[in-house]
Amino acid sequence: MSDLKKQIVEQLNLQEIKPEDIGDDQALFVEGLGLDSIDALELIVLLQQHYNIKISNAEDGPKVFRTVRTMAEYITAHQAQKV
Amino acid sequence: MQKNRSNNFIVALQNYITASTVITAGAIYKNQQVVFEKAIAALPDFLLSAYQHFEVKYPKFYKMDNLGKLGWLAAEIMLRDSGIADRYQPYDVGVVFSNANSSLDTDLKYYESTKDIASPALFVYTLPNIVIGEICIRHHFKGENSFFIFDRFDASFIEQNVNGLLNNNTLQACICGWVEVIGEQYKAVLYLVEKTGDNNQVPFDEENILKIYQLENG
Repeated sequence: MSDLKKQIVEQLNLQEIKPEDIGDDQALFVEGLGLDSIDALELIVLLQQHYNIKISNAEDGPKVFRTVRTMAEYITAHQAQKV
Repeated sequence: MQKNRSNNFIVALQNYITASTVITAGAIYKNQQVVFEKAIAALPDFLLSAYQHFEVKYPKFYKMDNLGKLGWLAAEIMLRDSGIADRYQPYDVGVVFSNANSSLDTDLKYYESTKDIASPALFVYTLPNIVIGEICIRHHFKGENSFFIFDRFDASFIEQNVNGLLNNNTLQACICGWVEVIGEQYKAVLYLVEKTGDNNQVPFDEENILKIYQLENG
């Protein structure tokens, strides 16, 4: 998950946040890390660029992007399906 | 000068420049005095250096495009310690900006990004008036705002437009001026215009608008 945190910080240009400051189960949006709707789109781009994963069902977004852990689990599940 | 009719007399209402900021050619001027200078060629590096120098804490700054950073920082420096939020209601303060190249600087960067995966973060800055939104969000301004595109700075138009907004009571205060970025060329000249000035009041007229606009030329 540390790589994913680095990618999030880089993709979203969070220059005042260190990757290690992001908790595995910390909420990414609103009361947590405070990300906004544009950040959500950038996270979709991140999955596509780094993991070749496209989120086809928009309703999956809130579940996938809830925390770093849920993102990591989604990536792992997707990669397992491809094997 | 905008004129209003009052008791059958035509009254010319005088408004005042109560603060100004100029950012250009590696220097920042507040109220016509240099407050920051750094010989850095790249605009993003210069703006980041100024952001750090003034000890601003606003993480969204990093996400803005260069036009947004330039205009936002100019407003931040001009309005710091101005007490504007205490003196006016949100709908009383508006913003009128202008430039020559709209958001072209970011438009080109966004176009480049579309050759791979288009960047949503860049796309949201492909309108010039986004910088106005960033300033309004920061300072909670909700008054009327406009962004005009001219070949060159038009002091006469800004004078007439802003005086009109103030004199017909659409606004009680207005942040106006020029915010331009194209490549490594940049210039921001912002004026805070109010209906009353203090002891250092500068009448908001074409002569004074141009004097501040041309500040770096001595």
